[in-house]
Formats: sequence, structure tokens, C-alpha cells
Amino acid sequence: MTDVPFVEIEDLHFTFGGREIFRGINMAIPHGRITAIMGPSGTGKTTLLKLIGGQLTPDSGRVLIDGQDVHRLSRKALFELRKRMGMLFQSGALFSDLDVFENVAFPLRVHTDLPEPMIRDLVLLKLQSVGLRGARALTPAELSGGMARRVALARAVALDPELILYDEPFVGQDPISMGVLVELIRRLSQALELTSIVVSHDIKETLSIADYVYLISDGKVVAEGTPKSLDTHADPRVSQFVHGEPDGPVPFHYPAPDFYSDILDDATASGGHP
Amino acid sequence: MTKGIESLARWGRKGCDSFESLGRAGIFLAQSAVAVPSREGLRLWLHQIYFVGVLSLAIVLVSGLFIGMVLALQGYTILVDFGAEQALGQMVALSLLRELAPVVAALLFAGRAGSALTAEIGLMKATEQLTSMEMIGVDPLRRIVAPRLWAGFVSLPVLTIGFSVVGIWGGYLVGVEWLGVFEGSYWSNMQASVSFLDDVGNGIIKSLVFALVVTWIAVFQGYDLVPTSEGISRATTRTVVYSSLAVLGLDFVLTVVMFGGLS
Repeated sequence: MTDVPFVEIEDLHFTFGGREIFRGINMAIPHGRITAIMGPSGTGKTTLLKLIGGQLTPDSGRVLIDGQDVHRLSRKALFELRKRMGMLFQSGALFSDLDVFENVAFPLRVHTDLPEPMIRDLVLLKLQSVGLRGARALTPAELSGGMARRVALARAVALDPELILYDEPFVGQDPISMGVLVELIRRLSQALELTSIVVSHDIKETLSIADYVYLISDGKVVAEGTPKSLDTHADPRVSQFVHGEPDGPVPFHYPAPDFYSDILDDATASGGHP
Repeated sequence: MTKGIESLARWGRKGCDSFESLGRAGIFLAQSAVAVPSREGLRLWLHQIYFVGVLSLAIVLVSGLFIGMVLALQGYTILVDFGAEQALGQMVALSLLRELAPVVAALLFAGRAGSALTAEIGLMKATEQLTSMEMIGVDPLRRIVAPRLWAGFVSLPVLTIGFSVVGIWGGYLVGVEWLGVFEGSYWSNMQASVSFLDDVGNGIIKSLVFALVVTWIAVFQGYDLVPTSEGISRATTRTVVYSSLAVLGLDFVLTVVMFGGLS
């Protein structure tokens, strides 16, 4: 493991639908470690992953992956770079016209010339590691949400990428597969020296595997550090989030006018629904 | 006064949006049409020819048969007044080859295959399948859009030829077998008056243009839609509406260019 950052985010600004999502984000994500990006819902954690993956373009600022500026690459070079990344989508995003086996085999088939028996072995190995070797003949429609995500994980690591982006990997997992998944992410990272970015708000699980944590809120990094240092962080916003307290400086409600006057406000007078 | 300016601004914005979307569609076509042929690409293309072309055969051929039969029946009732029912074959063949086959086949194709393409690609977008494909390092324009675009481009002209053939046979059934036009004059008048280059050729050129436009609209609407259930339904409707209008409008332009000089 080295401490040279594999992914660098410099002064990232991004606006979407008239709303400022990021107002100057800086991050350095070291090679071969698990970095967690946490924050309340709606802070744009998934958006950040899409910016790293080059699917969205920032208003200003840069994202460097292994020294390459993601948003200045040509379409071809960007797709070349993406072969070195894996991304686990929240929904799984499996190809609905292919069965489980073919979904995992897809990256191998399109990017390698491996003979069929070797592809079969590799796919079964990846499926075994997520516990779904027996489900190889099922179609994505026959899988539960949690199972689909595990198949998607097997697909994301099929080409043994150098960087893997996890979007909410723990949502909707039962306690057993949750434990397996946590262990799997840790093992993948250690055995393959994989650089991992985990976006999540499952505090306990994420803090248990992360080497370094960034906490974002309100478009900015509000805290960063090792899981231990965050646990005893002085900022009340940080401790509210880390300890999951409902009351504190971070509001539970989406910005809205005063509740009392909103209720009393005549709906028709204010022009209907809002 | 300000109201007038506001509505003017709204129209301006709409115009800008339309041009922007036209530009996006152009770039989209350029990026997806230049797919490098490969064995895998050939397999995907054949697969799409089955879905887009072969599965549209039934509706296109049945429609062709009925349109040919109706043409013969209507044509006969008029021609017989002038004692010119021997020209029935000529009338049926020319109306089908020059106009009805390319246009009606394209309209049916837009409804049957175009809407399906839009919905399929749109649902792939809504379920993040296109994004995940991009993240695997596979360009969905090459993998998903290009085979569908080329399959549509090749399928519709073939369907149009099938439409004409079945339509002429339908005309024969009604005109010759049922109404008793002399079989020899049905075929020989057709043979004497139909020019392969001017009539068959121009009909095929028309259907190639329609094929490109309809498939392009269908895949672009699917790729560019707002990924919600409402967005998919709107885009599917737009595919059918835009394709139909484009086909009918282009048909007029092409007819003027191709047959406008004929006396």
C-alpha cells in the first residue's frame, strides 16, 4: 500500500436543476484503501460517484484518476479508463435480457478474448464469492433486490478493476448477507489492493471497514479522518450523524416554510398544491 | 406589454430547445452510425433484424394484402365506367410501388417497431442499464443503439418490397379472380407501364429515407427521454407522432423531386 492518491478531487462545483449540490469539494483517495463518503440523504453522494465515473460533468474543478483528468478525456479514452473501474449501482442495474451468468460474463466477453471454459471458471468463482453460484440460471427479474446487488458486485469485479465505486452497498441486505458483503468488500480491497470508494449512510458497517472517512453535508466536506477520530469529533454536526441522533444541528426536514403558517395557509389562495 | 415579451421569450426558448435537441440528435446519429463492424456486432444486428424486421412481417404483409384488394376494387368500379378495366394492373402496381407501399409500411413500422425501440431503450435508461454499461467500459451507442439503427434501416425497405408484392397479388385476387378482368391484360399492362428504375427504384429510395428517419427518431427518443414512467410514455408517443409526420412530409418532398417532372 502506498499513500499516493489514486483519485483526487479538486475544488469540485456542481449544480443540478438550479440547486447547488457541491460547493468546492476536495478529496484525496489513497491507493489500495477503502475510503468512505458519508452524509445525510440528498447530499449528492451518488452524484459524486457519477462525477468520478465521468457520467456527469462538473461546473468547475477537476477529478483526477491515476493522474488523468476524467472530464478532459476523449470519449474513447474515457471508456478505456472505465475498464479499470468497477461500479456497484444501488439498483444493481443488471442487464434484464441476460441471465445471472451472462451478466457476470459480460465484461469478460466484451473486453477479453478468453476461451469459453476460462470465462465459465471465472464467472463461477465470482458468483461463488457472493454466494450465488446456484443462481446462475436465474434472470434478473427473479432476483430480490439484495441478490441483484450481489450479482452486480460479482459483475463489477469480474475484470479485477483497480478502482471500485460502491453506491449504497448495504441497503436492503438481510443481516447475514450484510455481514458477508462487509467482509467481501474488505477482502477484495486487501487481497487485490483495490482502491475502494464506498458511499453509504449505514454508519456501523461503513465505519467498520473504512480506512478513511469523508463526511459531506450541504455541498462541502464537513469532516474527514479515520473512523476513530470521527467518533470523538468535536463538531456537533459530525457527532449527530455518527451517533444517529435525531435532534441536533443537522435538520431532519427538507427546507420548508414555517409548519404552522404552512398549515393555516389557504391552499387555493397560494395557487393550488404547493 | 411585458406579457407580450414574456410569451415571445417563451417561444424563443422553445425554438432554442428544439434546435438544441436537433443538434443532440445529429451528434447522436453520427456517434452511433459509425460502429465498427465485428463478429459480435453482426450477431447483435441479426438479432435486432429479427425483432425489428421479422416480427413486423405479419402486420405489414396483411396490411399490404388488404390495401391491394381495396385498390383493385375501388379502381375497377371507376375504370369499368370508361371500359378501361384492363389498366387495373397498371393502376394497382403504380400506386403501390410509388406511394402506398413506402408510406404505409413506414407508418406501420413506426407504430409496431419504432415505439418498441423507444420503450426498450428508455426502460434500459430508467433502470440504469445504459449507465452501468458505460461504467463497464462499453459504449451503449455502439452496443445498443447502432445494431437497432442499422436493423431498422435494412428491414423497412425489405418490408416495403414485401408490402408491394403482396398488394399486387391482392389486386390480382380481387380484379382477376373475383371481378373477371382478363388475366393477360392485368399483368401485361403492368409490365408495360412500370419502369424498374423510376417506379421500383424510387419507391425503394423513399423507403430507405423513411427507414433512416423513423429508426433514428425511435432510438433517439428512447436514449434522450426523461427516465420516469411518464417520460417513457411521452417519448413513445413522440416517436409515433414525429415519425408519422416526418414520413408524410418527406413523402411529399420526395415525390416532387422524383415524379414532379413526369407528365
